[in-house]
Amino acid sequence: MAIEKVNTIVSTAVPLSIENVDTDQIIPARFLKATTREGFGENLFRDWRYDKAGATREDFVLNQDAYSGTILVAGKNFGSGSSREHAAWAIYDYGFRVVVSSFFADIFKNNSLNNGLLPVQVSEEFLQKLFTTIEGDPSTEILVSLPDQVIRISGTDIEESFEINPYKKECLLNGYTDIDYLISIKDKIEAYEMHRN
Amino acid sequence: MAGKTLFDKVWDAHVVEEIPGGPSVLYIDKHLVHEVTSPQAFAGIDARGMKVFRPENTVATPDHNVPTVDQHLTIHDELSRFQVNKLTENCENHGVPLYGLNHPYQGIVHVIGPELGITQPGMTIVCGDSHTSTHGAFGSVAFGIGTSEVEMVLTTQCILQPKPKKMRINVEGELRKGVTAKDIILYIISKISASGGTGYFIEYAGSAIRGLSMEGRMTICNMSIESGARGGLIAPDATTYEYIRGREFAPKGKEFDEAVSRWEQLKTDEGAVFDREITYDAADISPMITYGTNPGMGAKIEARIPTEADIEASGQNSFRKSLKYMGFEAGIPLEGIPVDFVFVGSCTNGRIEDLRTFASFVKGKKKADHVTAWIVPGSKQVEKQAIEEGIDRALKESGFELRQPGCSACLAMNDDKIPEGKLAVSTSNRNFEGRQGPGARTMLASPLTAAAVAVTGKVTDPSALIN
Repeated sequence: MAIEKVNTIVSTAVPLSIENVDTDQIIPARFLKATTREGFGENLFRDWRYDKAGATREDFVLNQDAYSGTILVAGKNFGSGSSREHAAWAIYDYGFRVVVSSFFADIFKNNSLNNGLLPVQVSEEFLQKLFTTIEGDPSTEILVSLPDQVIRISGTDIEESFEINPYKKECLLNGYTDIDYLISIKDKIEAYEMHRN
Repeated sequence: MAGKTLFDKVWDAHVVEEIPGGPSVLYIDKHLVHEVTSPQAFAGIDARGMKVFRPENTVATPDHNVPTVDQHLTIHDELSRFQVNKLTENCENHGVPLYGLNHPYQGIVHVIGPELGITQPGMTIVCGDSHTSTHGAFGSVAFGIGTSEVEMVLTTQCILQPKPKKMRINVEGELRKGVTAKDIILYIISKISASGGTGYFIEYAGSAIRGLSMEGRMTICNMSIESGARGGLIAPDATTYEYIRGREFAPKGKEFDEAVSRWEQLKTDEGAVFDREITYDAADISPMITYGTNPGMGAKIEARIPTEADIEASGQNSFRKSLKYMGFEAGIPLEGIPVDFVFVGSCTNGRIEDLRTFASFVKGKKKADHVTAWIVPGSKQVEKQAIEEGIDRALKESGFELRQPGCSACLAMNDDKIPEGKLAVSTSNRNFEGRQGPGARTMLASPLTAAAVAVTGKVTDPSALIN
């Protein structure tokens, strides 16, 4: 499966100021019965968005009209727990293209990168500044530049640089996938197998 | 030259290629597959018109979605049935060995790997499931992967992975009465937090770890991911070799002896350097239980739930949210909290030793009337052994019933859902909001504690009740 290229994103953002958001909250297990990758956005944060009768929970940030955009800003240790890639699919399918947090769970980070969803890790201080700014003015635009590895509150000089593995950066900028790379080196893999036997 | 860690030895032996400034191409020895995280990966390989590269290094079983009663009947949930059937169809098309429902080897993927001798020291093992870390108990490098990575392994037997940092956690000394492997790992996670292991691979060492059975070691490694770590591992020793000897897919005869002499090299060298090292005194560990909504929120059963003053400022919002969900007041004693459900099972504690522990505690006692208990063996082999040992009869006499194998109420994908608002003491691995069913509340504990709770009907420290 090819992925969409990622470059520079400028968008308003949705502030989810909760720590330790686990993948069971992002997409509960009972919605993992599909055999395709599409449509998971509908059930993103299902039990926080809707009550048991299916009514919208007005107090949840995704249901508040003030907030919109393709950038999700979340509390520390985002994406912990299950390895389900459905979590990354659900966030992407809902319309987000960037997730910002001060700390990501490892498997979630890999899954995001493999699907063209950019995880941007910032300092706790910068994260809190983002929350305050966005909650103060939901029309605030955030700029995320993958080529420059910078995240900035638009129209200000409040910014921070972020890390990304150079290989992964190249993949995202060009829409390359790991699997294509691995298939391209299959002769090396076979040589490795021969050598260790 | 500085020595190598156990992790380095296994990892380095599997690197096909290093990408400059990037991840390593890591060769995978065993790929375990289940019905939930594989269909999109098989669809990807089919779309390319390719076939599974090394089906003989792959093994599949349905576990997440299967019912734990009447397994001989058709699965009544349409979506679950479709997903389980899809696994069968994909395995047939690609020649992947499958232990389907009702096969004598079916079970939770992390229970069957070890019990069939598929899991061996020094291997790299992956599965589209975060609890793949279980297999690290044998001195293998085992970790969970996403579905895109499942597709990579099916297609090329490799994945691209950045090498994690290394941590060693030593637990030294004698364990106190009533303290089990589950208590050790809940204690560790309560100390380092649910994110303290992120970025690391953990080696567990020390005399208290060495003294554990393979089942206990698997429980420890299984929950590595609950600290955020990619995986955990324990150096193999005589306990490991004796466990493996004679199992279905283990090397036999002379080959076994040769394998043991290779496995004996799999230990951390003197002077090897870890990025982080922590030592705990086994005597400080008591029977543990969780009170919140991540596995790091654990405490001694004899203690009280912390108050906000005990929590660092940035975590106070989440702490309040957590206690609100659980319906607990900060600062109350844990012992005596009334419990509605008890779940014994999962890849953490669904092995024969766990059922023995539970059954021997409840023998001669009765289940509390208001408690609903689900006792779910981890595999068909565990179920068979439990029946051979008379565990099912002993359970029945105390008012319990043995169900059929699967992941069950650990993640409640099948019908085994804890009802909304009900409180469960569970031997599984996650106490997240809604993990065991929408609105369900979970407290994680050991099978021994679960037995004490099932009998008293409330949170109970088992250590006072055993000889």
